[in-house]
Order: sequence, then structure tokens, then C-alpha cells
Amino acid sequence: PPRIRCCAPPRASPAMNCRAEVLEVSVEGRQVEEAMLAVLHTVLLHRSTGKFHYKKEGTYSIGTVGTQDVDCDFIDFAYVRVSSEELDRALRKAVGEFKDALRSSGSDGMGQISLEFYQKKKSRWPFSDECIPWELWTIKVNVVNLANEQERQICREKVGEKLCEKIINIVEVMNRHEYLPKMPTQSEVDNVFDTSLKDVQPYLYKISYQITDSLGTSVTTTMRRLIKDTLAL
Amino acid sequence: AMDTDLSSQDRKDLDKFIKFFALKTVQVIVQARLGEKICTRSSSSPTGSDWFNLAIKDIPEVTHEAKKALAGQLPAVGRSMCVEISLKTSEGDSMELEIWCLEMNEKCDKEIKVSYTVYNRLSLLLKSLLAITRVTPAYRLSRKQGHEYVILYRIYFGEVQLSGLGEGFQTVRVGTVGTPVGTITLSCAYRINLAFMSTRQFERTPPIMGIIIDHFVDRPYPSSSPMHPCNYRAGEDNGAVYPSVEDSQEVCTTSFSTSPPSQCVFTVTKAHFQTPPPVVTDTLKVPVMGLAFSHQLSSSRLSYQPAALGVGSADMGYPVLFAGGLNAAHPHQLLGPGKEGGVPPIPSQPAHGTQADQERMCTPLDGVHYSAATPSSSEDTETVSNSSEGKCGSPHDLLETIFIRKVGAFVNKPINQVTMANLDIPFAMFAPKNVELEDNDPMVNPPDSPETESPLQGSLHSEGSSGSSTGNTHDDFVMIDFKPAFSKDDILPMDLGTFYREFQNPPQLSSLSIDIGAQSMAEDLDSLPEKLAVHEKNVKEFDAFVETLQ
Repeated sequence: PPRIRCCAPPRASPAMNCRAEVLEVSVEGRQVEEAMLAVLHTVLLHRSTGKFHYKKEGTYSIGTVGTQDVDCDFIDFAYVRVSSEELDRALRKAVGEFKDALRSSGSDGMGQISLEFYQKKKSRWPFSDECIPWELWTIKVNVVNLANEQERQICREKVGEKLCEKIINIVEVMNRHEYLPKMPTQSEVDNVFDTSLKDVQPYLYKISYQITDSLGTSVTTTMRRLIKDTLAL
Repeated sequence: AMDTDLSSQDRKDLDKFIKFFALKTVQVIVQARLGEKICTRSSSSPTGSDWFNLAIKDIPEVTHEAKKALAGQLPAVGRSMCVEISLKTSEGDSMELEIWCLEMNEKCDKEIKVSYTVYNRLSLLLKSLLAITRVTPAYRLSRKQGHEYVILYRIYFGEVQLSGLGEGFQTVRVGTVGTPVGTITLSCAYRINLAFMSTRQFERTPPIMGIIIDHFVDRPYPSSSPMHPCNYRAGEDNGAVYPSVEDSQEVCTTSFSTSPPSQCVFTVTKAHFQTPPPVVTDTLKVPVMGLAFSHQLSSSRLSYQPAALGVGSADMGYPVLFAGGLNAAHPHQLLGPGKEGGVPPIPSQPAHGTQADQERMCTPLDGVHYSAATPSSSEDTETVSNSSEGKCGSPHDLLETIFIRKVGAFVNKPINQVTMANLDIPFAMFAPKNVELEDNDPMVNPPDSPETESPLQGSLHSEGSSGSSTGNTHDDFVMIDFKPAFSKDDILPMDLGTFYREFQNPPQLSSLSIDIGAQSMAEDLDSLPEKLAVHEKNVKEFDAFVETLQ
């Protein structure tokens, strides 16, 4: 049975040694999902390992991560994602909700989706476990409306080029080899990794989003947390 | 750098890691340029053979080439492993697209743990490589390869050579991993100037616009390692022969357009033709599909005079190439009336038509068409020499040169240069060509050297015409060579230009042929009184009929 884990809202704080990266994209409505998936999958590609198999004496072996190419339908773009249907489903669910919220917000189509990697720190009873973010990716989205097919075609290409730049930015950040949680012992592994998937093991993460209303302030704060139990569905 | 701090086991491990990292790097790059989507499965139970915990297939041929290039060595300072990705058209033109470099520099990280941190970071670097290989321009090119071009790879070890990438190439860093013996760096330099043209085409026609040609130079390093196509059928044995190249293919339109406006962007046109497969040398493997690739400079477009039909209602310019090489066997294309059909030979005197008409008439060239356009005898082979004998000032010129001029639609043609069949007939210039001799048709296979028009002009004018040399006033220019835009007409048996020339002269409608027309009209006129008499006889019937209508 899924366990409910309660976590503090994501926030980046230098004191917590959490680095924050912000990416911005302007896309057409129908490109939102693919653009978000491309970015999220690229980040998770770098932040997922094979499944750990602990052996005696504290050693462990790591499973193998497969990858696959994904072609976008509405963007002249292709990206690589981890071969895990569970992970793909989880991301699609989150992005789908974000897209729906964007559309129904009635605002001029601005919002952001955040991917936060965190560690759990166990606390004594009665305090609940603490979630300490160590990396926060925020994608700011601006939805544009296009008038005709020609503009849409240009948008396909332009957004494709922009996403190429974003991938390069992401890779740059990954290459800095900055703080990563220590490799955990068997008893600690669930505090660092999401072990609920059957084929890969991403670092613990949560996805949330906000829709900005037309006034530019985050009045409508729809905080949805995708936590482990929804992933297990 | 002395690595006394590094245990021998660590050193051995590190060397192994770097070696397999290099091999996997090559696999990722080449597989990313195969033109296919890659998919590998995750496996939760470790198989023990997946280096860096990533499922990256090993194409045996690629591993073989990489090992050959490395020759037992490892990337070190000054010794980089490079994977060069290039594009090769079926005509043999090639262009370097990317150079992926795996380099080692001297910056050591003594503290780092080899078996754990270095290994995991190498794994991360491979993931970055997977991501980056999809975002450089060559990825999209490679996904579309097969018809007009193929993507080739070449592995070499030593100094990085970036000169083949053209001006303004860009670099993207994939990542670095520090090790106790140095820092591994993986990066890619890629061409951004994708507009190109072949040197052959360039020699033939001088460019009108400024065109940057900074490639298609001979490979500066002739001793460099062989190139291989990325598009490789998995499962073949190491060293297997590639499938043979198909002979004739269809070329689709392609355009490379990422260049700045100052450069020439040109279009590959649709063509059907037999083409020899790309040159296969002992160092170059044949791509899986050889193809025809035809390209045309926009300069051709610029040299084409806009004399297309429909330009102005009175404009009936029909640029056609007739140049040289004609012989008596194809007189049907020249001033040569048919033997049959009642078309009289070119008269030395105007058969009819006023003197004024004569003066307005156009040049002989139109007559070329007209005379051939006999309604009933499109297969005529009246020799020019026969028909024009005595009528032309210089029959040889006539034979040798024909060309077209722009002419108004309803301009009367000089009688002396046309048959009666063509007098006063609009659209008569749509004389049927003799389609039988298409192979020898100079329009299809234009002769090499077009003669100038003046001799012919003079000779035709001197063809018994009286004062009709002034009939040239309508001609603004003479088209010697017809090069329709977007088509290549000097090699192909059938292309746009040929089609245009062929079918712009459909056979003349019989009712438009003046002789029969004249005859039937004469008959009609003659029979009129008779008919009137008959009708008068039946006038009562007609009146009754009219009554019923009221």
C-alpha cells in the first residue's frame, strides 16, 4: 500500500545547498506537452541510474538503463529518454495536468513547471520526515497564439532550435559535477532514490506547477505534488 | 604527470574505463547518425556486460574501426580520438558536418576515486552524449538520409582537424571528467554553413551571386583513415560487403537553407535518370543507396529570359534551343514544307498577303515551325536542302542554325519564309515538331555550339523576300539557349525544358490549317448559293416553324 509522504513546498535556498536552474520557452499551445517532456526527460536521463541490487558486505550492483529516441509531432525536434514506461507515464501525467491548467486558467498562457530533486531526512517522531531539495529545475512557459499555418511552421522550427539550446544548457549544468547525494546504504536508499519503478531508479523527485494569471502574479497557485504513491499507480 | 598515488589496480581500471568509454562514445555517435531511431531496453538485473550501466549496442563494424584507429592506444595529451561525420551525395561530393573529439588534457584530479566517481561520471558523460548527438544540425540531416545523400563516419586518432568544417563552425562541449591522469573532454565542432554547391557545377556556370565555397576541397590528409557510411545494416558480419547500389532513382527536391542570405541556396530538382553509383574506391564504402542528385545554380535561373508563354497576351515567345548540329536528316525542323498535305514549298514570292503584311512579318524562325506544321504530315521529312534550295541565301546556315525569337501572337509572318499554311493564322507557330526524331532533336540534345543568329537571319531574309529585312522590328532579342529554371537540360533526356519545348508546339488543328481551311472555305463559299436556293424553297416550312415558336 502506498505510503503518504508529506513534504514541504519546493523552494531553492542557498543554505540548503540546492542549486536552481531556470529555463524559459515560448511555445504554441499544442507544443506545450512535447516541450515539457523533452526537458523533463533530458534532466531525468541524467538523474536516473539502474536499479541497485545490494549484496552482502554493503556492496551493490547497478542495473542497466536503456534509452530511446522520441520524435516530437508538433516540434521539429527529437530527444532521448530513459526506457521506462512507468517514468514516461508519470511525466506525461504531470505535464498533462500542467497543460490543462494552463488552458483553463484563462490567463494569457503563462506558467511554470518545476522538477525538484530532494533527499529525505528522517526525523524522530512526532516530526515527519524532512525533504531537502538539492536541485531545482524550473521551466517557465509562455504560450503564444499563432494566426496562420505559415507562422505555425516557423514556430515548429524555432521551438525546435530553442529546445536544442535548452538541451545544451541542461548538459552544461550536469557537467559541473556539483553536489550529488552520497550513494546510500541499503537502509538509506529510499531516502535518496525513487525505488518504486521496476526498471530504473531516478533520484527522488517531485513535480509541481504554477499558473501565472494575467496580472503577472502567482495568484493562482495550484500546487500539485506528485509523490511516490501516485507514481506507483 | 606521475601517478604514483594511483594504485596499479586503479590504473588498470582507469585505463580500461577510458578505453571502453572511447569505444562506447564512437558507438553512440555513429548510431546517432544512422538515420534511425535508437531504442534499447532497461534491465533491472545487471547483465555485467553493459559498460557504464547503459544499454548501448555494439555494432561490430564500428568497434572494429574504432579499435583500428586507436591501435591499442588511449586518448592522451595531444592524442585525441576523433569521429568525423560527413555527408556524401550520390555525385560524389562530400562535406564534413561534425568532428566529435575525445581529448585528454593535463589537468589531473588526484583525489578522485577511480572505480566509483570516475566510472559514474563517465556514465553521466555518455548520457550527455546521447542527448547532445540529437541536437546538432547533423542529426536531422542524418534522419533524412538515404535518397539524396548518405552520412559517413571516419575515426582517426591524433591531432584534431577542424579545417573541413568551413567558416564559422560552432562548438558544443558535451562534458568533462577529471581523472588522476588527466581530464577527459568530449566536445563537438559542427558546421553551420550548410549551403553548398559542387565544384563541378561551379565550373560550368559562373555564379551570379556571391557563393561561399569553402569546402569540396580535396581531402587534405590523403593518408587519413577510410570513411564509412553510418547507415549500416545491423547484424552484418564484421567486414561484410555492403549491398549494391541501385541504378536509377528518383531525386526529390531538397533544399539546404541554413545559410545566411549572401550565400547561394539551391534546390535539388526532381529528375529521373540513370546515374552511375558513387565512386567506390578502396577506401570508400558504397553507401547503401546510391542516388541521383541534381542541382542547379540559381544562376541558371537568372540567365533564363522570361519569355514564358503567357507573359503578356501578345507575347508568344517560345524560347527554344536549336543550335548547330542539325543535318539534312531532320529537315522537318527547318524550313521545309511537307511533301504532302498540299502545303506548297516555301515560295520565293508571297503566295498571298499584302506587301504590307510582308513587311510586318517576323523572321524566318517562325517559319521553321510553321513549315513543319502541316496538318496531315507531321512525319514529313522533306529535306531542307530541297525546299530551301534556291530560296535561302545560304542553305548551310539554315541547316546549321535555328533559333527562336519572341514574336507577337497575331503578327503576320513573312510569306517568303513560311508556307501558305501559316499565313494569317494565329497560333500557327504551334507547329508540330516531328516527334519521331526526338532523339536527334536538338532541343532534346542540344548541340554544343550555338551559332550566332545573324548569318541565318541574313540568309533567310535574303530568301527572296523583298524588303522584309525590316520585319525584324518585332524581335527584341533572340534566345539561343533555353534553360528553364530549376532544370538541368544538358544531360538528361527529358526534363522540364524538354517537356516545355516538346509540348509547347502541339500539332496544328486541321481546321486552322489554311490550305484545308481555305479549301473548305472556298467550298463553303461556292456552295452558298446552292444552299440559299434550297432554303428559299423551304421557306414556307421555316415560317411555319417560326409560328409554332410564338
